Amino acid sequence: MAYTEQELEKELEHKEYEYGFYTDIESDKLPKGLNEDIVRAISKKKNEPEWMTEWRLEAYRGWEKMQEPDWSNVNYEKPDYQNISYYSSPNSSKPKYDSIDEVDPELLDTFNKLGISLEEQKKLAGVAVDVVMDSTSVATTFKKNLAEKGIIFCSISEAIQEYPELVKKYMGSVVPKNDNFFAALNSAVFSDGSFCYIPKGVKCPMELSTYFRINESGTGQFERTLVIAEDSSYVSYLEGCTAPMRDENQLHAAVVELVALDNAEIKYSTVQNWFPGDKEGKGGVFNFVTKRGLCEKNAKISWTQVETGSAVTWKYPSCVLKGDNSIGEFYSIALTNNYQQADTGTKMIHLGNDTKSTIISKGISAGRSQNSYRGLVKANSRAKNARNFSQCDSLLMGNKCGAHTFPYIEASSNSAQIEHEATTSKIGEDQIFYCNQRGIDEEKAIALIVNGFSKEVLNKLPMEFAVEAQKLLEISLEGSVG
Amino acid sequence: MLQIKNLHATVEGEEILKGINLSIKPGEVHAIMGPNGSGKSTLASVIAGNEDYEVQEGDIIFDKANISELSPDERAHKGIFLSFQYPVSIPGVSVTNFIKTSINQIRKSRGLEEMSASDMLKTMREKSKLLGIDRKFLSRSLNENFSGGEKKRNEIFQMAMLEPKLAILDETDSGLDIDALKTVANGVNKLRTEDNATLVITHYQRLLDYIVPDVVHVLLDGKIVKSGDKDLALKLEREGYDWLKTETVNA
Repeated sequence: MAYTEQELEKELEHKEYEYGFYTDIESDKLPKGLNEDIVRAISKKKNEPEWMTEWRLEAYRGWEKMQEPDWSNVNYEKPDYQNISYYSSPNSSKPKYDSIDEVDPELLDTFNKLGISLEEQKKLAGVAVDVVMDSTSVATTFKKNLAEKGIIFCSISEAIQEYPELVKKYMGSVVPKNDNFFAALNSAVFSDGSFCYIPKGVKCPMELSTYFRINESGTGQFERTLVIAEDSSYVSYLEGCTAPMRDENQLHAAVVELVALDNAEIKYSTVQNWFPGDKEGKGGVFNFVTKRGLCEKNAKISWTQVETGSAVTWKYPSCVLKGDNSIGEFYSIALTNNYQQADTGTKMIHLGNDTKSTIISKGISAGRSQNSYRGLVKANSRAKNARNFSQCDSLLMGNKCGAHTFPYIEASSNSAQIEHEATTSKIGEDQIFYCNQRGIDEEKAIALIVNGFSKEVLNKLPMEFAVEAQKLLEISLEGSVG
Repeated sequence: MLQIKNLHATVEGEEILKGINLSIKPGEVHAIMGPNGSGKSTLASVIAGNEDYEVQEGDIIFDKANISELSPDERAHKGIFLSFQYPVSIPGVSVTNFIKTSINQIRKSRGLEEMSASDMLKTMREKSKLLGIDRKFLSRSLNENFSGGEKKRNEIFQMAMLEPKLAILDETDSGLDIDALKTVANGVNKLRTEDNATLVITHYQRLLDYIVPDVVHVLLDGKIVKSGDKDLALKLEREGYDWLKTETVNA
């Protein structure tokens, strides 16, 4: 049979979600809806101090007055925010586990299905995992090891209890609680997330890793992550996600804040594989995330993301280059298939002198999906010698998908140098034939071409993660060939 | 090894091959010559199984099996190799990675284990030495920003790595200067054994000075109008194809 794009499209439509299963664990759930009482109830359930409750309420009051944004290039039925339950926690007699043996075996089984068994993770070359499932941390490993260096790596709930001064100082300092509709919603109802603090001059000896997973039906997920790197410190943080198959849309509105103080460096890598909806476009996760990092003098923040999941993605990991000589980087692969829609990119805000930013974005569209890059590069009038290089490449498969590029450039400084390059290509039948002639079948050929296309970004991921991401790209494009 | 019987093929409704008969035995080198548009490259593509061409009639027998219905990758698994006239580039995929994937896919089809990294490395070293290829070349993206000569040399390198039973060299000499031509031809000769066969497609005789064919066929308007030994190629070089055209018309 001839290898045609039509056939490829057909194959892709039949690609089922690999991680579609559902774990039945009793949940501790709040009634649906959102009002001040619910916000207070969430705060109370988490035994939070009053300042935190107030902070949440302020965010809620701001959110109430805000409109859901509709400037992005995505179409979806806006969620009914009063028909969502804003808190659920896996039911357990104790708030924390001392060892893995105490964790619900069914939960462990779920992780095993996802291929992230903790036992295995423990053995892996120094990866500490803070597993977040349905909003409550259930296990943290390697904590002691990190504590010796003064590194704090815990859930945000724990940080609120144990390190209130740090949380008070930094939470909302990069993404203000009323920054945007989804950030405000998150600030009001965030359930849990991760907190990471690297003291002055410390180089975190291992990759810190969190796996997120949405589980309970009809619950939203509102993660909050705060990473603080003190002067001259370094940390590499990994975030990976999978979710079980679901029939109705699920909302995810996370906030991630990174603070890189003088001479510090933060690498933040994400592999996102939430349920994208079935081949008719039914179901799937809505992913509305606000991620932003602040760089002080000589600091550097790199965002690397591999996005293959979600029905709708709205996500712009950004860098505020406040300090002189600071550096922001954004490396992204966004793959959309079937009816997925992604509007993703970055913002690089140059405020300091001699600040540099690099943007490499790779979009892969298949099926009837729409894939948009949206990026803003802004050089403030006082930012001397700001430099940016942006490269946006799109790869199309078939004739029914779309790739769009929306670069915004605002240069108020004469000395700013901003470069933008964009390419769009299609997987050619001649490329496929060439591979075929060398004994490589269609499926493998596509995987090879897509991996080649994405290589510049894959190379930025830590080793184990890169392998996983590569697999994920293959899985996401795999058809039921043969 | 290869038998082509009364092969007719069309592209977009137009008949290009109009009844080709060809038989190649193990150990032999055959050359196909002919002017532009006579169907030489079409023949190469059809043997390799390119589905842009539709086979209307006839059979292709390879190693005693009819391969007419097989997909291009299945034909490759059986040991058919096509050195492309215009090799395409695959950005971001290194020569090494591509060859490794190719070798392992072919091995898999034959029920063999993947080749170990050390064997792969050893073989690559050997073959790159044989063809005078700088090993830095192996980490470059496949055919991306390659010169014409590099592309062709890369094709022959892949051939050396895959050790096919039948190698079809489609205009491997085009775009090569004389030194590159010699290197490539030299490589092809070194890879010749009693068990494999080579089909050289060219419109110039000069390649045949270096890769000496056992049989030369002349392809004109989709048919093999004359076959002979290497002297036929020399005659074509001197006299062109016109005398054959008249001969065909008169016949």
